[in-house]
Parts: sequence; structure tokens; C-alpha cells
Amino acid sequence: MIRLKTKIISNEKVSQDVRKMAIYAPEISVEIKPGQFIHVKCGDNSRPLLRRPFSVHCYSGDAVEILYKLKGEGTKILAQKKPNEAIDIMGPLGNGFEIKPSGAILVAGGIGVAPLVALIDEMNKKSKTTVLIGAKNSEEILCSEHFKNKGAEVIIATEDGSLGKKGLITASLENLAKQLPNETEIYACGPNAMLKEVSDIAAKNNLNAQVSLEEHMACGIGVCLGCAVKTKSGYKMVCKDGPVFNSQELDW
Amino acid sequence: MQNLKIKIGKLELKNPVISASGTFGCGKEYNEFFDVNKLGAIVTKTITPKERVGNPPPRVSETPCGMLNAIGLENKGIDNFIKDNSEFLSSLKTNVIISISAEGTKEFCAMAEKLQSQKFVAGLEINMSCPNLGHAPGKMCAQDAKSAKEVVFAIRKKTSLPLIAKLSPNVTDITEIAVSCQDGGADAIALINTFPAMGVDINTKKPLLGNITGGLSGPAIKPIALKMIWDCYNAVKIPIIGIGGIMTWQDAVEFILCGASAVQVGTSNFVNPVSCDEIITGIKNYFDKNKLKNVSELRGKLKI
Repeated sequence: MIRLKTKIISNEKVSQDVRKMAIYAPEISVEIKPGQFIHVKCGDNSRPLLRRPFSVHCYSGDAVEILYKLKGEGTKILAQKKPNEAIDIMGPLGNGFEIKPSGAILVAGGIGVAPLVALIDEMNKKSKTTVLIGAKNSEEILCSEHFKNKGAEVIIATEDGSLGKKGLITASLENLAKQLPNETEIYACGPNAMLKEVSDIAAKNNLNAQVSLEEHMACGIGVCLGCAVKTKSGYKMVCKDGPVFNSQELDW
Repeated sequence: MQNLKIKIGKLELKNPVISASGTFGCGKEYNEFFDVNKLGAIVTKTITPKERVGNPPPRVSETPCGMLNAIGLENKGIDNFIKDNSEFLSSLKTNVIISISAEGTKEFCAMAEKLQSQKFVAGLEINMSCPNLGHAPGKMCAQDAKSAKEVVFAIRKKTSLPLIAKLSPNVTDITEIAVSCQDGGADAIALINTFPAMGVDINTKKPLLGNITGGLSGPAIKPIALKMIWDCYNAVKIPIIGIGGIMTWQDAVEFILCGASAVQVGTSNFVNPVSCDEIITGIKNYFDKNKLKNVSELRGKLKI
């Protein structure tokens, strides 16, 4: 892990409140794995004070990319940044997904799709991959073409029914899970309620699930013990022990 | 040629920059970002006699120019701490100061005795933000002059290690506590710890912290910290270690001008993992530029 004062390559609008930023970071790009994150200083002063963690969305050559939703002070400042502007990042941080050779189900909720793009890019194309993407509405369904281009089957669900099936994506997972061989690995990222549901479905069908969590963070490197998550063996840190956890390990 | 060395009791620090407890672990992680041996000292995360699991999440949250935390002194207890960290801490070429907290004088003393026998320990920082020991029920040691003095005095009798008493700002008159710690035999006082604070999310109507309340740190508290250091500088003879929102070398110089012999850098480590290193360099350059030879030429030299 290093801290890099570098520059922005691009910062594009993906949808109304989602942006994609590419950052020049060859030292991080060469090291980083899907599911790991970078810790970004969004502003130049003390407001906001702390860094913000973002999963790596894509990495190739000299660049690492993040896909981020405009949620608060930090992301609003990030969205205003222009190519060639300076940016201060730390990474690669966290553990990342463990890629299994077996068939894979990727489950994304909203902006939780971000790390799953890096994941499919790294996966062995021979194994069958199904990607389930859920969001509130069609505009929040992101990256589906990318997954299709990688040869994955894509299933979409929106809460308002504006794209794909109407309802929660976990309903689609529930149906699918019954037909899956037990060695199938589920990789999920999204809101906690979705991840809990994914965990329950996985348990019910004897499947293994890796879930990527989000928590407020300060240091990002396991020092401050701020981003605690309850597991069956006590508190663990999302930044260092995670952000990817085996779903059965967590105390939902 | 400048000499940034300072002394805390018998302990010599090569410069006045120290990492603050709970913000630097044992230094292992930050050693990947810069050579932590450059520091005057490292204060390790507070340990307690027994393991503590810590508070429910969320444990940290952001506030304007500051952060809230309620970690709850999560640690594996003194014995595991020694077992897990003595090898790394022994390898360091800077002073290792162990922050300790306990619920009673006896427990504090037992910890001090245990640490006295460990070669890697250069000094102890007494985290006085622990529950009170009887004189003022419901208060922390750091909030009651009599208890503060008793705790320091009891530990003093058990160890020859340099003792630093870390004070809470949540008191009517911090100089009263500072003087008590001095009278109890502390070699230095370190101030300030975080301010008791809380935050609210109006959408969920929940507190920002799982523990409801926590401590406020960061640039937001710096002006209050400076004032308390200035007050204490005019009240005690022992060295003062200034803490509170130090993000840059300029902040550190302000604390020294208000009477601090050394500074501790805390929250800033989270924002910039090399901030301690940058602060050391910045202080060195400031001393060069102003032809200052040692810290005493700057300490308390506020022009009034």
C-alpha cells in the first residue's frame, strides 16, 4: 500500500448521480485486485476531513478507475474535479475477492456494481457467469453491457419495474439458487439489507457467498478500529479484514 | 546547527513530534508509508488489563472539520499486547510509550509493573479518561483533581519509567488537574484528549455513533486545545505535550509557542499517513529559517 499524490485522467458522468473517475496510478494499478479499494482525499482542506473509500471499478495499465455515486460532501467535491487536477489517494487497501475456478453468480445492488466489473474482468472466461443487477429504477442499472460483453448472462430487476423484472434482485437470486451446483460461488456488493438476503439464500442452498461491505472509515489501514463489523468471531475491521467477507462469517 | 531534542523526565526525544494514542496502532502500518523511527516517540493504542471488545458500530463519523469516534478502547489486553507486539516494538529505534488505562489504582499499578520489565517500553502514558476510583462517582479520573493525583502517585511509586498523564478537556479548570498530576509525580502532561460529543442523522433520526456519544477530534478542536495548553503552561513546571487537531507543522509551531515542549499528532494520521513525517520536516525548516537552535527558544515564546 502506498500513498500517491497524482492526477485525474478523466471524470465522466455515467448517470444523473453516478460518475466514473480514472486516476493515474501505475504503482497501484499493478498491485490492486478486484474487491480491494483506494482511499481518496476528496477535498483540499479539512472539509470533508477524512478520506473516502472506493472499490476499484477497473484497472489497466497506468490507471485505476472508481465508479461513485454522489451521496455526500466528499463525492460532490469529487464530481467537480477535472482531468489533470491533482488528487491524493492511498491503495491498494483491503483483502479483495477470492476468485474461485467454479461457476459464478455476481449480485449487484445499485452502485454496488462497481467492484464486480473489476471482478469479471479478472475471472476465467471459461466458467459460466451470471450477473444479477438490481436497482431502484432503470437509470440506476449500470454496466450491464460490460457484463454481456464478457459473455455473462445478465438478469436485471428494478424496484419500479422500469427495466427487467419488477422487484428486488434477491428474488431472482432465490429462483436461480435452487438450480445451481453447490460449488457455485456468489460474489455480492450492495446495500446491507440485500447482502443479508444474499447470505440467507446462499445458506439455504448450500452455496458459498463472498460479500463486499461498506462502513464509515477513518484510517483505512486497520489502525483506528473505526470500521468495525460484527462477525461470529467478534468485531472485525472492514478496511483490513474486509471489505470482502464470507457471508457465513458475519453476524447479521 | 539546530537540535530538536527534548526531554520528558529522563527520556530524551530526538524531536518533539509524537504519534498520538489510538491513531497509530504500534506504528507497523504507518511504517509502510514512512520510517516511523524518525518520530520523537510513538504512543501505542491504549491497552487495558483485560481484553475489551469495543463499541458497536458505527464507531467513527465525520463532522465539520473534525471526526467523532467511539471505539471503546478495543484491545486484546496487556498480556496479548506484549506477546503480539514486543518483537516489532523492540526493533524500533524510537521511544515507545505505552498508553494504559484501568478501572482502579491497583490495576494501573499492576500494568505499570508488568511494563516496567519489558525492554521496549520507554515510558507510560496514563489515559486518565477512565472511570473514577471513588472520590467523585460518575466522573473520570481526569475530572477529579484528588483522584488524578492519587492514580499518578500510586503508579509513580511502582515504576521508574517516565510518566505522562493525558488529560481530558472536559473539566471546569484544566490547570487544577494539571497541577495535581504534577504533584502526583508525573514527568509530563499531555493534553487534550477528545471532547465528549455526538452527532445526529436527521434522515434516520439515529445518532451518528453506535455508542450514541463519543469524542470529537481534528482541526475543529485546535483553538480550544491551544488555550488549554497556554493555561497549563502558566500553571505547571513539567513539560506539556500539546494535542488537538494538529494537521501541519504550522499547527505544531503554534502549540510550541503556547508552551508545549512536544506535540502529538492524531487524527491527521488518518487524513495523511505521512503527516508526522511532514510535520518533523516542517519544524526543522522553520527552525532553520528562524535561526532557532532548540525547542526551548520557541516554547512559550508567545509575544503578548
